Amino acid sequence: MIAALKRKETYQKYWKSLKFGFYCMTHPLDGFWDLTHEKRGTYAAANTILIATLMIRVLKLKYTSFVVVAPVYWEDINIFMILASVLFPLALWVVGNWALTTLFDGKGRLGQVYMATCYGMLPYPVIMIPLTIISNFVTTDEAEFYTTLSALALAYAALLIVAAMGQIHEYSLAKNILFTIASLFAMLVMIFLLMLFFSMISQGVAYFVSLVKELLFRI
Amino acid sequence: MIQDRKGQHMKKRILKIGALLLSAVVTLTAFMPMTAYATDTDYSYTYNYDYWGDVQDTPDLYTVCRVFTSSDLGLEVGMKNPAGLYVYGDLVYICDSGNNRIIEAKRTATESLEVVRIIDSFKGNVDVTTFNNPTDIAISEEGNFFIADQGNARVLKLDKDFNYLMQFDKPVDNTLDPALEFLPNKIVIDPAERVYCIASGINKGLIKYENDGVFSGFVGATPVSYDWMDYIWKKFSTQEQRALLASFVPTEYDNIYIDHEGFIYAVTSAISEDDLREDKGNPVRKLNLMGNDILVRNGNYTIIGDLYFGAGGGYEGPSMFSDITVMENDIYVCLDRNRGRLFGYDDQGNLVFAFGGNGNMDGYFRRPVAIEHMGHDLMVLDTLDSAITLFITTEFGELIYDAIEQFDDGNYEQSGASWERVKQLDGNYDLAYIGIGRALLRQERYKEAMEYFELKYDDENYSKAFKQYRKEWVEENIGIIVAVILAVFLIPMIIGKIKSIKREIDTADIFK
Repeated sequence: MIAALKRKETYQKYWKSLKFGFYCMTHPLDGFWDLTHEKRGTYAAANTILIATLMIRVLKLKYTSFVVVAPVYWEDINIFMILASVLFPLALWVVGNWALTTLFDGKGRLGQVYMATCYGMLPYPVIMIPLTIISNFVTTDEAEFYTTLSALALAYAALLIVAAMGQIHEYSLAKNILFTIASLFAMLVMIFLLMLFFSMISQGVAYFVSLVKELLFRI
Repeated sequence: MIQDRKGQHMKKRILKIGALLLSAVVTLTAFMPMTAYATDTDYSYTYNYDYWGDVQDTPDLYTVCRVFTSSDLGLEVGMKNPAGLYVYGDLVYICDSGNNRIIEAKRTATESLEVVRIIDSFKGNVDVTTFNNPTDIAISEEGNFFIADQGNARVLKLDKDFNYLMQFDKPVDNTLDPALEFLPNKIVIDPAERVYCIASGINKGLIKYENDGVFSGFVGATPVSYDWMDYIWKKFSTQEQRALLASFVPTEYDNIYIDHEGFIYAVTSAISEDDLREDKGNPVRKLNLMGNDILVRNGNYTIIGDLYFGAGGGYEGPSMFSDITVMENDIYVCLDRNRGRLFGYDDQGNLVFAFGGNGNMDGYFRRPVAIEHMGHDLMVLDTLDSAITLFITTEFGELIYDAIEQFDDGNYEQSGASWERVKQLDGNYDLAYIGIGRALLRQERYKEAMEYFELKYDDENYSKAFKQYRKEWVEENIGIIVAVILAVFLIPMIIGKIKSIKREIDTADIFK
């Protein structure tokens, strides 16, 4: 591991795979095929894109001009909730998508689904970082550009993720769309199960807590 | 009479002593176990809402100068359910509806109001020359009196010596139920002596009469709108269910006021809490000649009085406006009969002040029904107390009005200085920052103006200042901008050119 970090080729590979993300942005079908089949993507680059996305999610609260979005009431801000708003759906999507596609001839492995999804998120930081800076130089009349472009960033990223899933699982278009919808449904099912699980656990814990309390009162 | 006045004073004094004792007990008990309790003094009488909608205490803009009860005015027969108030110069007219008379009083000094005459009948060639439950009075520029004589189903027009001139009767209109009794409630007169009238039970808008007494139509009715969900719901419900559903009728106005420019301000309290929360029905409207609502609503919050209508402490439900008055500086004050408060808004719809409350103390109300202004001073008529509360501006209030009026007059530097003083007195007063910013904007000091607007998140004004600032910046730095753009295009081109030349040299045959 340490030895790998000392080698120059490691960094060259990382840099090349990160640059490959931009190729995927502009040539999604070709790019995402090569991502896994030609092993041109790396986990390091995928993590970098994910961290960049998380960073801009947080930083845009502070550095977007109040002219284009309503100012933030800092007392209500919980940074972990903001990070979770990206990480939690991402985890659900990756697990849900892999769990379904692996049963239906999907060629992508769990790690590859994660990597491709992260690569697909690249338009978000790429568009939002300059947009956040530019927002400080616009008036209310021009605020519409910000709203449109930030919506576009999300739509672009969503399209890329869908395209990426089709390529890594080697699915046809119709099958890809079907499994995208199925994956979203799987996410809902998982949320339901998690809620059920946590409410059961908390009820169970509450039962034993009250049992102990009762005992303590009696003694 | 003197006895009476003394009695009133005693009453107020006893109340005050009682309140003092109570607060003393509360403070004592609070100190003993070394814990703090919330007392009345924890929040101020006057308040405002900041950008976030949080209540911010402010210094008082108005203070109670005096409360005039019947005995203070020296009336032998006390007022009974007074309903209307009108100010004409330094004269104050009170519609003492319960006693079927109108009281004319003159403001002789800042804190004195003296009854000039009591009008309970008029001369003229009509059957009934007395009033029956007069609810409102208005005076035209020529000095003619217009009185809503509700019990006699007419609006009277009398000359300045109370001689009968004419009357306005129930409008002749096919859409009106012939059995409906005509109950004129509130009236205003425009400069051409046209009469606009609110009558109980008529929800088609304001009844408009030409100056010759001819009914010329309804103005300012709210367009009735309901969404398709309601429509479908109604389609599937039975006759009985339909009757129970809220009916889609236009709202009835509660009171009107005509400002110095001839625009009619109207208030209504017939708007549901949900609609108020969702900013649907507008309880305050400014009507133009066509009857369209042209009130400017640029404030951070909607013009509904109190933003939060939680119950407790003698308050329940949203603000319900019973009257409105518009000052010469376009600040309009709405009187809230439910929460006993006064809300002042500026011409942009920003809340300037909110004060008052329900209670028996001076400056608190039980059922306020009418408000009028005399210069900057405000008069509020409480029908249950049968008393008029006279508010006069404090130094702080006068400063704010100065700042607003100086700005309207174009004295931007002075206005900025006045707002600066306001800011020093109350650093939480948002309008002061925006006022300083607007003054700076007019003085073309854009960068400073932007800072003030940014502090209070005023994006519209910030954008105005920023647009100018950006323009100036671009004009000053046009050379650098052109140079940068050229550099961005030229440097890669030159580098590319050099590289290709180098490659040609490297691969040239002669060097091999």
